[in-house]
Amino acid sequence: MKNLISITDFTKDEILKILSLAGEFEHRPYQPILEGKVVASLFFEPSTRTRLSFESAINRLGARVIGFSDTSSTSVTKGESFHDTIMTISNYCDMIVMRHSLEGAPRYAGEISRVPVVNAGDGANQHPSQTLLDLYSILKTQGRIDGLNITMVGDMKYGRTVHSLLQALSQFDTRFTFISPPELALPEEYRIYLRERNIPFDEKTVIEGSVSDSDIIYMTRVQRERFNDPIEYERVKNVYVLKNEMLEGTRDNLRILHPLPRVNEIDYGVDNSPKAYYFPQTENGVYVRMAIISYLFGVK
Amino acid sequence: MAHDKRMEVRAIENGTVIDHIPSESLFKIIDILRLDKEKNRITIGNNLESNRMGTKAIIKINERYCLPDEINRIALVAPMARVNIIKDYEVTEKLKVEVPRTVEGFVKCVNPQCITNHEPVPTAFQVLNGEEISLKCRYCEKITFQGQLEIIK
Repeated sequence: MKNLISITDFTKDEILKILSLAGEFEHRPYQPILEGKVVASLFFEPSTRTRLSFESAINRLGARVIGFSDTSSTSVTKGESFHDTIMTISNYCDMIVMRHSLEGAPRYAGEISRVPVVNAGDGANQHPSQTLLDLYSILKTQGRIDGLNITMVGDMKYGRTVHSLLQALSQFDTRFTFISPPELALPEEYRIYLRERNIPFDEKTVIEGSVSDSDIIYMTRVQRERFNDPIEYERVKNVYVLKNEMLEGTRDNLRILHPLPRVNEIDYGVDNSPKAYYFPQTENGVYVRMAIISYLFGVK
Repeated sequence: MAHDKRMEVRAIENGTVIDHIPSESLFKIIDILRLDKEKNRITIGNNLESNRMGTKAIIKINERYCLPDEINRIALVAPMARVNIIKDYEVTEKLKVEVPRTVEGFVKCVNPQCITNHEPVPTAFQVLNGEEISLKCRYCEKITFQGQLEIIK
């Protein structure tokens, strides 16, 4: 039985297999190969895109969905432990897809569950299906993953999508640039991770002058709640807004990705740029999640 | 004037002597070995003179022979410690302190958002190689550095 809890649970070959399957599902998006299966969608924390795209993927594969989108209607409100909730629900279904605000909750669920567990996001830790759809978006727009300059902008400290994508891309020939305010710089543990693997990276504090060689700009949201000083937040948030004029002189093949939701870090004017890819990126999420589910069920 | 070290900590007949403990790690070792629950006689010295370390601590536990697994736990906070098993006032065994590859159940994860700090889940870490001992949580994947080590009582 295989789970997907952290992107590091998948080998490079498995990542490539998922991307190839996602391409197959994009070509034929309705394949009822999981008819009769029941997948539990347990969202202990709210979500729009991730939950709906997982549930869409499950339905397109012919399986049925049970679950909840917040815990207010569940026995969690009666004080039931996470352990008991998972032990019970794993008897009702063939797979669990879950999101939880506590970090490590899906790993623990995977240890006690009788059925495979897919992590749909645990706090600031991991969000592996997002990472795989980011990789699929990179592959689709660039035709390759190796040999690319990847620029990540915004919150390098708390952004879980940044950390997971960085780990996945470290299996490929990648050159990183991280652009963030000093207080949201990449944590030391990820610098160690990159150095151990001899992955080249630069750290900068402004977008201007840092993106002319980029093949991918991966924008993230700078979260207000991470700042102690509101004045500092106001200063920083405007430094990390991507505008059309910043894209002058960039490569033709450059594409802008964003895990969404966007607040104000990409100017609406950029949406019409041929380099904007964050909305097509969301569509890729359904095919990638079909690929993950069918792979873990062992039917693909 | 010659300093009589024997006056500081007396020899024991049978048991375990843990020497060369950094003074700041003494109380963590007391927690690791659960010496607060120990019924046998224990002698503890702290801030003793040490040529090599400046100051050091020493623990002598009568009638208890620490197991290699317990000794390796000590390595997390006192990798330079020396452990001698004493029988009839003689050192019968010198145990080597080795940093374990995994640490389970007795160190608290530094991340307040970790599942292990909210549910009765035993903690589990992978010990990372490096100059400083650091522990990567199996669950939340965050790193607890040596200076942040807190022992679960």
